[in-house]
Amino acid sequence: MFSDYTASELVSIFAMQGFAGLTLFSVFLLMALGLAIIFGQMGVINMAHGEFMILGAYVTYLVSNLFPDYMPSLFGIYFFFAMIAAFICAAALGALVEWLMIRHLYRRPLDTLLATWGLSLILQQAYRSIFGAREVGVTLPDWLMGSIALTDMIEIPINGLFVMLLTALIASSVFVLMFRSSWGIQVRSVVQNRPMASAVGIDTERTDRITFALGCGIAGIAGAAFTTIGSTGPTAGQLYIVDTFLVVVFGGAQNLLGTIASAFTISQAQSTMEFFLSGSMAKVLTLLVVVIILMIRPEGLFSLKMRR
Amino acid sequence: MFSISNYQVSYGQSEVISSLNLAVQEKEVVAVLGRNGMGKTTLMKSVAGMIPSKSGSVKLNDIEISKMKSFERVKQGIALVPQGRMIFNTMTVRENIQTGLTTTKKKDVPDYLYELFPVLKEMRSRRGGNLSGGQQQQLAIARALASDPKLLLLDEPTEGIQPSIIQEMGQTLKRIRDEFGLSIIVSEQVLSFALDIADRILVIEKGNIVREELRASVDEEKVASYLSV
Repeated sequence: MFSDYTASELVSIFAMQGFAGLTLFSVFLLMALGLAIIFGQMGVINMAHGEFMILGAYVTYLVSNLFPDYMPSLFGIYFFFAMIAAFICAAALGALVEWLMIRHLYRRPLDTLLATWGLSLILQQAYRSIFGAREVGVTLPDWLMGSIALTDMIEIPINGLFVMLLTALIASSVFVLMFRSSWGIQVRSVVQNRPMASAVGIDTERTDRITFALGCGIAGIAGAAFTTIGSTGPTAGQLYIVDTFLVVVFGGAQNLLGTIASAFTISQAQSTMEFFLSGSMAKVLTLLVVVIILMIRPEGLFSLKMRR
Repeated sequence: MFSISNYQVSYGQSEVISSLNLAVQEKEVVAVLGRNGMGKTTLMKSVAGMIPSKSGSVKLNDIEISKMKSFERVKQGIALVPQGRMIFNTMTVRENIQTGLTTTKKKDVPDYLYELFPVLKEMRSRRGGNLSGGQQQQLAIARALASDPKLLLLDEPTEGIQPSIIQEMGQTLKRIRDEFGLSIIVSEQVLSFALDIADRILVIEKGNIVREELRASVDEEKVASYLSV
């Protein structure tokens, strides 16, 4: 497999694929963070999570089209406005969905799975009706285009770098929110023991709604980030949802550190193997390794041991 | 200050608490004694809003709370130290206490709680799940006190705790009553502990109060007969 390449070519290939893997890791992580919060706290398997991501992508597409007409001088920074709008729209839809549907289905995981799958189909059709079946792309500002040449053979695309920085920022914010704020304490106590959390004075229903909205909002930001590296279609969310669930389960639900480690491992393995094998084989091998590890450690990569 | 009247709690068709009446005065400590399965935990959980009642009234300072959710009852002044402690295992000692601050305006653990339980201050950065049983019980009491309650419910606080710690706990509960002006209902199977801390002893059998005695004049033999299997 490696004999067709010289040593320097292999170094470049691993460097480039490693960076592509980091970009994939960023998208996985942004998607998985939201999903891990929702799945970890509420036990809700949100099959429509990919569609919340695509909502963020479409909002970014709309904002990118509005700026040249109404605020052309600010086009260079439209992406930051788009990201905020993507977060707000996805979070608002998330809060509405939680209120209308999810809260009636708590403790019924199969029903939730079916209901959110139905929601994903509704959203896909809505996107198709509004934006059309063809994929759409955004026009990136100049500073997000091009690449940085590290050597003659290794080039780092700027958009990929931006997505990575954005992911680092969002992941850090989520960590601060979860582990350094009183809201985070409330969320984690609800995760561990819902009736007891209520008995110490926490409004668990309100916490659920905000958490679901936050998870969807982060998916919206993932969608905004996604537009910088790919085009958006009504079913694009489906491409990522299985991988994202894989990341969450492999990392250990309820453990955000595990989510990061898992996203990194899976994206790097997939990206590197894709170069030397076919895309399908890379996916099969990744799945195989994850299944074997989950057979040995069903609780995922990271789990906490406590005195009983 | 606190009263329950004609209170009924059922699990499906099976009635666990039937037409129960109970009143607690300000700064009074009431012990509810009974064998396993007589309805002590159901009563405690139901008053805290964790189990819905079928009928009857629960009033705290003349406010009807029987239809309120758990967290709303905490706002009114009810705090529960549940059987088995139920602390949040993966959260630190400080975070566990902070969960109890949700209904207050406080952000950080008040000093008086650390003064009451110095061991919790030493271990404030440790995970709750890594504490010993006695330390976890202190943590559960501190968490309940963090919400500034008017009525503290303790469900079998001596269960699984070694005797020397039980004695300390009795002293602490008396201090809490005196310094915080709290009323306390404690459910127990250990008569000596109940006699140590309570002003009044109630015996619960099949979901109803069947005997009531003041500690000063309690017939220990008679009460003990209700607790033996």
